[in-house]
Amino acid sequence: MTSEMLGESFSWFIPGLIFIVFLYGHIKGVRIFEVFIEGAQEGFIMAVKLIPYLIGIYISVGIFRESGAVDILVKLLSPILKVIKAPTDALLLSIIRSLSGPAALSMTMEIFDTHGPDSFIGRLASTMLGSSDTTFYIIAVYFGSVGIRKTRYSVLLGLLADFASFVASVYIVRKVFL
Amino acid sequence: MNHIFSFFVLGGIIAAAINGKIDVVTTAAMTAAGSAVQRAIALIGIVGLWMGIARVAEKSGLIDKLSHLIAPLFSWLFPSIPKNHPALGCILMNLSANILGFGNAATPFGLKAMQELQKLNNDPDTASEAMCTFLAINTSSVTLIPTTLIALRASAGSKNPSEIVGTVLFATTCSTITAIISDMIIRNLYRRRKYN
Repeated sequence: MTSEMLGESFSWFIPGLIFIVFLYGHIKGVRIFEVFIEGAQEGFIMAVKLIPYLIGIYISVGIFRESGAVDILVKLLSPILKVIKAPTDALLLSIIRSLSGPAALSMTMEIFDTHGPDSFIGRLASTMLGSSDTTFYIIAVYFGSVGIRKTRYSVLLGLLADFASFVASVYIVRKVFL
Repeated sequence: MNHIFSFFVLGGIIAAAINGKIDVVTTAAMTAAGSAVQRAIALIGIVGLWMGIARVAEKSGLIDKLSHLIAPLFSWLFPSIPKNHPALGCILMNLSANILGFGNAATPFGLKAMQELQKLNNDPDTASEAMCTFLAINTSSVTLIPTTLIALRASAGSKNPSEIVGTVLFATTCSTITAIISDMIIRNLYRRRKYN
């Protein structure tokens, strides 16, 4: 399958999903409009309840990112880079990736502009961006939405997965493209 | 989360002081507070839309049906969720949206899943084991087709924008496996510590 064909079938996914849900609900005699509004109302309340959590996470991540603390962290971690033969920019991207989605996206675009998307670092950045997620944001939002304050070992698990994705990306991009 | 929060804020302020740009802290905090609310406002519409659809799917019994379908795999991953519980259906919807690269649709289903998991939680202040497993899989990002990424590479002038699909699949599989295995190990360590 080419990527265009994939893209084509993707544009059908969401309309198809909504169609099936509504059709099935209609057949089963659900009062669709009322039920939809009920759910949307719940969604509204949930989204509003999230605002304080979002403010908290955005402020702490914002201060941490803008202050240059990330660069200090990268310097401290640079011995690991030598072991797995990864460029510094890649580690920087990996850290930013767990903190902020938009920031990681703009850093990747900046790497594309400077080195090109088909360079080693461009491919590495692509692979890393595609294989990890904004760990801190997800944890804060998901737990925040139900009012959980003690997140136990969730952050540790998220960071372990992020680290695995970083190491695996470096390994596979070196193997496939070098 | 408390330690992380203070680590980011305190570490950030100290780093800014060392780097001689302490004024950045004020601007960063103000800007971030503003964009957090903007983000939340944008989220209201999307969450409202998908929660509405999810509610229709739930009332019609579609989510129960889905939960039934994937019960075997999920009872292995989430031993603490009863069979055929609606939480499983929501988790499935969230993971499918993630796999296909629809981040916007994934979040509302994920939030719905958290709600269902919270109903099963004995201590509403503390994350349950099932929640930790769910978030571990979620943050490790199971992506099959990185839709946004391919578009981004194409717009940057890549000769073969989708050439990274294979490497992404490899890396994401590694991180998801790591997340699942370490979840099982750490969960047992936590249980032992609780009983001793």
